[in-house]
Amino acid sequence: MKPAIQINGIHKSFGGLHALNGVDLTVEQGEFFALLGPNGAGKSTLINILAGLIKPSTGDISVMGFDVVQQYQQARKLLGVVPQELVFDPFFNVREMLRFQAGYFGCGPENDAWVDEILEGLGLSDKAHTNMRRLSGGMKRRALIAQALAHKPPVIVLDEPTAGVDVELRQMLWEFIKKLNRDGHTIILTTHYLEEAEALCSRVAMMKQGKIVALDSTANLLNKFAGKQLRLILGDVNLPASIQPLLRSQEKGAFTFALHDMVQIEFVLSALREANIKVIDMQLNEADLEDVFLSLVGNQND
Amino acid sequence: MTKLALISSEFRGPWTLFKKELLRFWRVSFQTVAAPVITALLYLLIFSHVLERHVQVYDGVPYTAFLIPGLIMMSVLQNAFANSSSSLIQSKVMGNLVFVLLTPLTHFQFFMAFLLAAIIRGLVVGLCIYLIAMWFIALPIANPWLIFAFAFFGSALLGTFGIIAGIWADRFDQMAAFQNFIIMPLSFLSGVFYSIHSLPPFWQKVSQLNPFFYMIDGFRYGFFGKGDVSPLISLSIVGTSFLVLAWLTLKMLKSGYKLRA
Repeated sequence: MKPAIQINGIHKSFGGLHALNGVDLTVEQGEFFALLGPNGAGKSTLINILAGLIKPSTGDISVMGFDVVQQYQQARKLLGVVPQELVFDPFFNVREMLRFQAGYFGCGPENDAWVDEILEGLGLSDKAHTNMRRLSGGMKRRALIAQALAHKPPVIVLDEPTAGVDVELRQMLWEFIKKLNRDGHTIILTTHYLEEAEALCSRVAMMKQGKIVALDSTANLLNKFAGKQLRLILGDVNLPASIQPLLRSQEKGAFTFALHDMVQIEFVLSALREANIKVIDMQLNEADLEDVFLSLVGNQND
Repeated sequence: MTKLALISSEFRGPWTLFKKELLRFWRVSFQTVAAPVITALLYLLIFSHVLERHVQVYDGVPYTAFLIPGLIMMSVLQNAFANSSSSLIQSKVMGNLVFVLLTPLTHFQFFMAFLLAAIIRGLVVGLCIYLIAMWFIALPIANPWLIFAFAFFGSALLGTFGIIAGIWADRFDQMAAFQNFIIMPLSFLSGVFYSIHSLPPFWQKVSQLNPFFYMIDGFRYGFFGKGDVSPLISLSIVGTSFLVLAWLTLKMLKSGYKLRA
């Protein structure tokens, strides 16, 4: 089975600015994949190259085996891209736009049932005959997503689909996207909401300054980079030397330790017991992607 | 899938874009068809009223009759240009051109869809003016094929020029400059209101450099069987200009100039 997306050595410069500095990435079919990174990391540039909106300086990208430059027609048919900006065509209503969009990809009336399914899934059914101009911001966002799905693409790319979207819509949107993923569609998303990536995506790539700085399953990333945080309230004490290396921060009698696994909890507690230090309070926090993200890309100057 | 079904599926993409472009102007036909027809009729009323008794360009042809083909052709050209150029600049400024750029449509299909919609808008406006002008004065028709050929290739030439302008311009004021400093002077100084033989020799020479002159003169020849230059020369100039501009437009679209970074 060909990978859904294969990215080889992509570089892109805009004048003197190197937006992408050699990106290699493979996304398998059926994955729910997240591309994370701060503003200016190159996520959107990468997606725009994938979509054919920007030409790479060097390197190549293929969608299910079809090169996005040389075989752009086949590649684009397999790809549905939700643009980041909230754009719309003010001349037409929602259903017309979806029919047009499907039509550009060669889909005819046989596709109408799918269009109805998208309208239903995104809560747009009662807005089908409303002009795009009259939709609220949230509804426009749904219509934008519906347009990218109109030709039933096996690979779906969402570029920050939930930016500025309220909680209710976000929930609904993710339920729908999860269903698409269960039905076999490959999903690639960029987002600023790390908890979304953590909850939804099986694999994550983190980008920084035009490069991928981490690429792994979500679970592995969490284990590898963040582990667990043990916060102990001990009062004004001197820590035993054996546990000093695990200390991450200290503030007014509250000590935070960064641990790799649960076994280290016992190690810390026994060291304190031997030193006759009494634990006043204790908290154990699971790390989240935000910690990974911050530890990898947090320092913009390095 | 049968071969026929495959072809129709390939054809459906450009056909859809063409249909969308047609609907786009038809939805606002009050502005895109009725308004230019009214403008042309106002020109007709005013100029024919003022000049009817003072000017005779061809023997036996009243000035109003002389004027009508010129006005029709001028409107055909301006509206063909307006259709493709305004659709593209609006889509670019609104950002919704991305919906087309994401599709498998080829640059040639993109070009044909915008071109054909522009030609149809030009021809529809021209036909409306012709039908209404018939109430004022009966026009002879010396050669209907010439009339159609000039209207078709003229609107194709300006529709193509409109695509170039739409791709090039980034803002509405740049497009307005195109309209006001290129299209309007060329169309007003093309012999719509006069024969270039009535001009001083220098301005006759200048007019002969204006492609609009050949489109209007050739179109008028189709009605009266006479003109300032041979219609075949005019037609070959218009046809060649169209081919050159179409080639340039296809080059621009293929390279992604201003559309794909």
